[in-house]
Amino acid sequence: MSDTQVNIELDCRGLNCPLPILKTKKAIDNLNSGETLKMVATDPGSTNDMNAWTKRTGNELVSHEQDGNDYIFIIRKK
Amino acid sequence: MSDSGTKKMALIASRGTLDWAYPPFILASTAVAMDMEVQIFFTFYGLALLKKKLDAKVSPASNPSMPMKMPFGPKALQNFDMPIPNILAGNVPGFEGMATTLMKKTFKNKGVATVEQLRDICVESGVKLVGCQMTMDVFGFSKDDFIDGVELGGAATFLEFAAESDIQLFV
Repeated sequence: MSDTQVNIELDCRGLNCPLPILKTKKAIDNLNSGETLKMVATDPGSTNDMNAWTKRTGNELVSHEQDGNDYIFIIRKK
Repeated sequence: MSDSGTKKMALIASRGTLDWAYPPFILASTAVAMDMEVQIFFTFYGLALLKKKLDAKVSPASNPSMPMKMPFGPKALQNFDMPIPNILAGNVPGFEGMATTLMKKTFKNKGVATVEQLRDICVESGVKLVGCQMTMDVFGFSKDDFIDGVELGGAATFLEFAAESDIQLFV
């Protein structure tokens, strides 16, 4: 994950469903194809939600990991 | 099923209380974020969710499974469910206002968007909002009572979109 260059970061800590998804969508819209977004959430449902969202929208979930209470996602725009 | 490849979702919003205002706006805003096309048909008490100034409230009366949680104070107190007898919930003046305030405060503490925020996102992202003309007549609503962009229609309008949709839900 450390070798993935991140174009923008989005902090969704403390936010609950569906805000992390809605903010991620908005942030991805501002990227060019191939650029990456790092999103950090504390909502335990976000792992399933991000999997579903990337599957549906065709964006790539490059990686996701948990660090304490933080769920960290790297998404590449399709 | 839609032919174009774009998934579609058709919702009926039939309730106007604060708790039931959430499901249609959460699902609609998320569906659009997932590249779906969404139409919500507002009928009966759901029409109140289209009013320019949202004043949705929640009542624990006749809502026996609703937990009342304190939004502040020690964790143990916050996690304690206060059982509210109907005689209290239904008869004490101001109780509904208190329940509404508690729910809004708790939602805010938990990082949940307000209904107004979610509705704004739906409008901005192109969710089609349709008011049921018949129930508007019955309950005395006019189009001017509603936010801009609301279209009017009846059962046929909903069914035409629902017939092409991949998801249809009655809320």
